[in-house]
Amino acid sequence: MSAIHIPILRLGEAYRSLDTQRHSVGGETLEVSVANSGLIRRDLRHLAKSGEALRAIPCETLVGYMEKAAELYLHGNLPWGDGDRLQSPADYAAALSQLTGLPHSLGRSNMSKVHAAMSNIRAVIAGLTRGLPHALFDTGVVRQDGLDVNFFPQTDSLGVLLPSNSPGVNSLWLPALAMKIPVVLKPGREDPLTPFRLIQAMIAAGFPREAFGFYPTTHDGGDQLLFGTGRAIAFGNDTTLKKYAPYRHIQVHGSGRSKILIGDDYADDWEKHLDVIVNAISANGGRSCINCSSVLMGRNRDDLADALARKLAAIEPLARNDPAAILCGFANPKMGKGIDERIEELLKTPGATDLTAKYRKGPRLAELHGQTFLRPTLIVCDDLDHPLANTEFMFPFASILQVPQEKMIDQIGESLVVSAFTHDREWCADLMTSTNIERLNLGPYSTMRVQWEQPHEGNLFEFLYRRRALQGDLVAV
Amino acid sequence: MSSKLTPPQAQAALDTWTRKMIKWHFSPETGCDYWLTWAKAAKWDPRKEITCFADIAKKFPHFDDDVLRVEQPERFVPKAYAKRPYNVFETGGTTGMPKQRVGWDDYKTDYEEYSDHYGPKFFPKGNWLMVGPTGPRRLRLAVEHLANYRGDSCYFVDLDPRFVKRLIGTGEMAMARKYQEHVIDQAATIMRHRKIVNMFTTPRLLENLAERMSLVKAGLKGVFVGGTTMTPQYVRFVVEEVLEGKINFAPTYGNTLMGLAISKKITKADNYSLTYYAPQPRATLRIVNPDKPEELMPYGEYGRVELTTMTKEFFVPRFLERDEAIRRPPCDEFPWDGVGDVRPFQSLTKTIIEGVY
Repeated sequence: MSAIHIPILRLGEAYRSLDTQRHSVGGETLEVSVANSGLIRRDLRHLAKSGEALRAIPCETLVGYMEKAAELYLHGNLPWGDGDRLQSPADYAAALSQLTGLPHSLGRSNMSKVHAAMSNIRAVIAGLTRGLPHALFDTGVVRQDGLDVNFFPQTDSLGVLLPSNSPGVNSLWLPALAMKIPVVLKPGREDPLTPFRLIQAMIAAGFPREAFGFYPTTHDGGDQLLFGTGRAIAFGNDTTLKKYAPYRHIQVHGSGRSKILIGDDYADDWEKHLDVIVNAISANGGRSCINCSSVLMGRNRDDLADALARKLAAIEPLARNDPAAILCGFANPKMGKGIDERIEELLKTPGATDLTAKYRKGPRLAELHGQTFLRPTLIVCDDLDHPLANTEFMFPFASILQVPQEKMIDQIGESLVVSAFTHDREWCADLMTSTNIERLNLGPYSTMRVQWEQPHEGNLFEFLYRRRALQGDLVAV
Repeated sequence: MSSKLTPPQAQAALDTWTRKMIKWHFSPETGCDYWLTWAKAAKWDPRKEITCFADIAKKFPHFDDDVLRVEQPERFVPKAYAKRPYNVFETGGTTGMPKQRVGWDDYKTDYEEYSDHYGPKFFPKGNWLMVGPTGPRRLRLAVEHLANYRGDSCYFVDLDPRFVKRLIGTGEMAMARKYQEHVIDQAATIMRHRKIVNMFTTPRLLENLAERMSLVKAGLKGVFVGGTTMTPQYVRFVVEEVLEGKINFAPTYGNTLMGLAISKKITKADNYSLTYYAPQPRATLRIVNPDKPEELMPYGEYGRVELTTMTKEFFVPRFLERDEAIRRPPCDEFPWDGVGDVRPFQSLTKTIIEGVY
């Protein structure tokens, strides 16, 4: 049987490159065409046509297409690549698991997450635009509270450099299509499947194929994509953040450093919320930027730490197809080994103890079920200056610290999500005026909690569109 | 440069040439101070012990090109050339002292052979434009000589690769892009206001220029490039899209130490895979085992590129290039080994600043 081939989509047109990445999926070869950077630059000159194709369709229709695409993505048989073979949801989940190390269970939960982002597109757009009518994207002008408001696109496209660690991140770019902005995607090396399947679902639902660029490519190609699109999103670590910081058209989603802050009013009730904290640290295999990576509380740290360490240490690596699997194997075993060595190195700095070490059933680094895993790790730190106190890794990893409540906000640094376990009115007011928290959950909620009408990590609408003052005769508008 | 010899005849010609060049470089009447002193210190006489090309691999150690940075260029002047002023050609030098080689007529010989290989249809009569590194590089004089040898003239737009590498090395990507635009602006201006028929440039600059204009509509007929790795996909992209399938394309592999290796004809049937053939016997390329460089790699396998240059002006035995390539067999045009799909040595495991211009 010939290999499955995932082509480049040159603004909708399938292209087979002579450069390919080869993977093995279920005993078959999966070939992914790789674009050279010049090819991407050349295609980006034709983005105007992609925008025209989207603008020709009313936003309300596009929203309907998105809802239909959600069902096709979750339940439909869609093209594997450029051949005739179709990929069932089960094929997709199994292949995704094999390529990324994600257990089937997490693959399916990520599918549900992406599906929800698409099927809730009306709520998502309402959250992003604060309830502006969809007609805004057709005419550019809508009347709100007796005032005519005009928004215009700041870009001809949205470029996205996707990671491989979690398919759920794809939900971030999806609303752009409903907002009539074409997308140009560079999939992560280990997960070309998710964006390709999403694109196929959207095309099958009615979106014009010209609206999609899909370019598996090199770092150089990725840079061309970021600098050739008017607005772009990149995922990465602190180095990525630093590299692209000078460019305001590029939004970098770096380390999340999400945290749980336990207020003094909750500090004695920690036991009741233990499972929520375990979920925040370990859900999605600890791979998300919204996973909790630090727990701060004013008292009872050692009691909570001990209980948490026991719970986390009980999470064992399981086979990918085990329905109870929580931990992800590393697609690149060297990465797991490198992280383990890094943690051991940093533990040599005084003031930190791996509390999970005494409870888990083996070393942190484990070769089991044909994969490389890192077992969950909880580090008790004496202060936030310790190099392991405010960092994150791609597995269930967290630090736990005792910090007086009144000092927490000043000391946590930039944090993507903070779940503040408190009902202390005064502290809530301080948290809401803090400048270092992107998304704030008030109450005993997991950092993983997502509300579709509450966008986090930057507002995509505000990133893509800008308001313009509009005055005078609007009769022709 | 292509040859009608059979592979055994080409091998015999290489052995004869080897004996001749060894005699030249290691005879006190004709050799240079550097190699004569080297032979004295090595305590063996290459004139007696080198009887064929294979002996070079057995007897000579790998040439360390750092000597070209450390030693004064005068030490490499063969006695037979002592009365002629020399050209100094440089390579490297992004930071610190560049490597320098002396030369007189080699670049002319290399580019005349190259010109003869392609003939008048490939590069039709008309003006040339070079867009690329000029400065202290051999290429600057070589391309102009190529144009002149064909009865044509050449325009130039300079690009300083040392500056580009420095910008990239320090993370100043925005400035690197501005500089690249500055170079392309100049090239586009010349293309629009002068009748340019043939061009030498780097693949990346060629791509950038083609993003400003249709090179076919601009009147370009032949392009020769060198300077960076070109994967089969990249070659296909250049042929089909950048040159719109209508402009002759001649990729080359070369450097200041070697001269110019010519690409076997590019075909779709070969999946656009490039194979270069050195200007043998003046220069010879071998693909050797990176761990045991005395061993040749089997055909079809990647290994490190090893260069031996033997002209009257310059002798470089067994220089290990910073490239790796597939060992390819002789072909109809060239009866000696070729090097295929060249890429930076260990590029799959190292971060390399390459293809910057």
